[in-house]
Amino acid sequence: MKYEAVIGLEVHAQLQTSTKIFCGCETRFGEDPNTRTCPVCIGMPGVLPVLNKKAVEYIVKTGLATHCTISSFSRFARKNYFYPDLPKGYQISQYELPLCEHGYVELVLDGTIKRVGITRIHLEEDAGKNLHQAESGASLVDLNRAGTPLMEIVSEPDIRTPEEASEYLKKLRSILRYIEVSDADMEKGNFRCDANVSIRPAGSKEFGTRSEIKNVNSFKFVQKAIEYEIRRQAQVLDEGGRVVQETRLFDSTKGVTFSMRSKEEAHDYRYFPEPDLVPVVIARDVVDGIKKTIPELPDAKRERFVKEYGLPEYDADMLTQSRAQASYYEDAARQSGQPKVVSNWMMGELMRLLNAEGKEIDNCPVTPGKLAGMVTMIGNGVISTKIAKTVFEEMYKTGKTAETVVQEQGLVQVSDTGAIEQIIDEVIRANPGQAAEYKSGKEKLFGFFVGQVMKASKGKANPDMVNQLLKKKLSE
Amino acid sequence: MELYQRTVHELHDMLKRGETTSLAITESVLARISAVDDKVKAYITVTADAARAQAREADKRIKAGDASSPLAGIPVAIKDNMCTEGVKTTCASKILGNFVPPYDATVVEKLKQAGSVLCGKPNMDEFAMGSSTENSGYFITKNPWDLERIPGGSSGGSAAAVAAGECIGALGSDTGGSIRQPAACCGVVGLKPTYGRVSRYGLVAFASSLDQIGPITKDVTDSALLMNVISGHDERDSTSANIPSPDYVKALKKDVKGMRIGLPKEYFIDGMDPEVEKAVRDAVKTLEGLGAKIIDVSLPHTGYAIATYYILATSEASSNLARYDGVKYGFRAEGARDLLDMYMKSRSRGFGPEVKRRIMLGTYALSAGYYDAYYKKGQQVRTLIKRDFDEAFKTVDVIATPTAPTAAFKIGEKSADPLQMYLSDIFTISVNLAGIPGISLPCGFTKVNLPIGLQLLGRHFDEESILHAAYAYEQAVEWHKKRAIL
Repeated sequence: MKYEAVIGLEVHAQLQTSTKIFCGCETRFGEDPNTRTCPVCIGMPGVLPVLNKKAVEYIVKTGLATHCTISSFSRFARKNYFYPDLPKGYQISQYELPLCEHGYVELVLDGTIKRVGITRIHLEEDAGKNLHQAESGASLVDLNRAGTPLMEIVSEPDIRTPEEASEYLKKLRSILRYIEVSDADMEKGNFRCDANVSIRPAGSKEFGTRSEIKNVNSFKFVQKAIEYEIRRQAQVLDEGGRVVQETRLFDSTKGVTFSMRSKEEAHDYRYFPEPDLVPVVIARDVVDGIKKTIPELPDAKRERFVKEYGLPEYDADMLTQSRAQASYYEDAARQSGQPKVVSNWMMGELMRLLNAEGKEIDNCPVTPGKLAGMVTMIGNGVISTKIAKTVFEEMYKTGKTAETVVQEQGLVQVSDTGAIEQIIDEVIRANPGQAAEYKSGKEKLFGFFVGQVMKASKGKANPDMVNQLLKKKLSE
Repeated sequence: MELYQRTVHELHDMLKRGETTSLAITESVLARISAVDDKVKAYITVTADAARAQAREADKRIKAGDASSPLAGIPVAIKDNMCTEGVKTTCASKILGNFVPPYDATVVEKLKQAGSVLCGKPNMDEFAMGSSTENSGYFITKNPWDLERIPGGSSGGSAAAVAAGECIGALGSDTGGSIRQPAACCGVVGLKPTYGRVSRYGLVAFASSLDQIGPITKDVTDSALLMNVISGHDERDSTSANIPSPDYVKALKKDVKGMRIGLPKEYFIDGMDPEVEKAVRDAVKTLEGLGAKIIDVSLPHTGYAIATYYILATSEASSNLARYDGVKYGFRAEGARDLLDMYMKSRSRGFGPEVKRRIMLGTYALSAGYYDAYYKKGQQVRTLIKRDFDEAFKTVDVIATPTAPTAAFKIGEKSADPLQMYLSDIFTISVNLAGIPGISLPCGFTKVNLPIGLQLLGRHFDEESILHAAYAYEQAVEWHKKRAIL
């Protein structure tokens, strides 16, 4: 049977506040175990939480950036369960009254725009980390991470394919980075994802039974895990079985998901309102104040790029994935006056070279000004697009300007009519047969002559002029 | 009169006049502890050396002319559920038997700043769960008026220590009557402030939305003096009210002309001890004689208070006590097979039966499928109880009731029947649910010479009115001057 998948994602993103959510400890990592702790985040008897204002500000900012309603009255709740990395025996989270609700983000899929709903965004504290020592058999607890502010972003089950899931995560990451509330780095564990996956016969309106895949730690793995899960559930149904509601984990080396616990074994977290914290009341003007701190977001920027620079949706979407990339683009596009050419270079050569090194655009040796300079040289016919590739690679390697590279290597495009004519004459003379054939109507051979001329000029001949002059000479 | 028998304000006057020293007072208290604590068993920990050192410091300050703080140089006992830096804080539980906090509770910090001498940590019902101190994980504290009887609870150690002269004043905590009921049992003054008036930071939580720290003292003036030190907003406690606290001593006036005092009919019930009822009614008459106007009021939801309390308090407790898991501090059972076994053994052996009973009750009340029927319903009834008081306080300034239905009962008399025990708090519990302040002060003695307590209740953040009425009454009678003979 043909199935359609229904996917909802829960993302935990760490907020980049300088201190923890309920105490004054620094949120620094890679320190010695338990050195970034105090009686509050260790859960000593008698201590009380005090809410970090910045964390609330960040989550409101996130809510606004994802078109959510910001609750004027919100409350914290205790989620009760026992685990050694959870020092109080409960996690302070939000349950009935989250800070943000009913939002959405937009994805560009094959040039069309799709909205994925955000059910809610709430604030909570992270747990510590258990470390198991193989030699001694001992389990140790490091509470440096305990009390780090997290926001949980829950999507509506609007996602239909693994690729959409991956696009959704990328868009979310992009927004969080734009508004500077989270590094949203999956590899560092400060952007974690749980996926709820179910399938149903294509065209059906009812939901199937879902499984939840916990803690998948890269974009690639999220996609792989969902792909596997859809295949697995389809197989179960095709064989006449039933999908059971359960929590599953993804084994990235085998590329499979496996059962962690069934619905019956699920925890009863016994949520109840946190009596140690007063409800969070956010006044309208505070929300308005936070709104003012939000920069132009990827969607708005994308739309503007389409309008202002005449870019296709796809290009605009790619270029606005990060603020740094978008501002690099705008800078180069303005300086060169050739927005589409700049876009092509960025999405082609520039990205290829950066990705090969795993470098961010901030550290790109070719500055926007230098890229603009090169694009201008192409426009003015000083170098050909083909030569420009060589020039660009050299610029990337050395950080030099296009002019310098062209001068040093003598790559200036030959636009001298006499010089080009001379080469053309030589080429025609060397290939009398083909010339005769062309003249008798085999116009396909034109390309062959262009190639020969370019080869003879070592690629430096101005292609437009080659075209023009060749036509003239061949018809003489 | 011995120094240990005196009140805070008397000793402060003597210190100011140079008639005695903090060290002399401290030695007098420590000697009294040595003499009688074998019988009373008020203390889990006595900090004699630290107390002497603090006393010497206080004497230096006083000698240098700084006797401004009324608590300077005065030995005070801190209930063993308030964290004291470097001094064992057990909550009378085996599970915290070895717990030495690396920090002071806010109230302890404030007392230290005021120059007080911390003489020790009194006994209590384990995790403040109980009304008799019989639930202590260590030993039972005796009532100084009759060693066969309970001192009340859960702040029984604090109340007994004040009554026996084993400290000059003390701090207790009150979740459902735990300051007022033992104060009544021991013939001393106990004040539970409005929820949010005193910081809970460093108070080991029993039920966070009900817990409040307050003073237990020999008279009303001392109560006001201690309130002046411990009250006020604390950034470390989000539930502490960010409003200024008044000078409570200024509220101590003998004149109650025009004050409207309410008598709730639901608090004078069939089956209550006639001696208690008579003493309280006599006290009300005395206040009437002083010019107060007595008005009948009704608190119609009183009958639901105990059930509501035991849903809400145990729910919060089940969560608050989850941190005692043997992982980070406190007791960890040996010989566990795995993590779950470690949790189960540590908690089974570390907690006493009443604590376990309440953890189970609360866990049940919060469970999926029961939450709406218990916890949520409890919260709704709590609102109704609070409204009862709001309504009553539209027509009266203070409400007068007995503190407890009986005077101190015999040790063992109710310990086998938890429901009977829970009824000891029938007159005090509503006050915590409503969050209002209440004070208990002596208003007479039974035929067998057991103290009886009068409870006065006020509006939110109006401790001044109850201190005012209490002081006026106290000045008109002699009960507070009686001392237990040991």
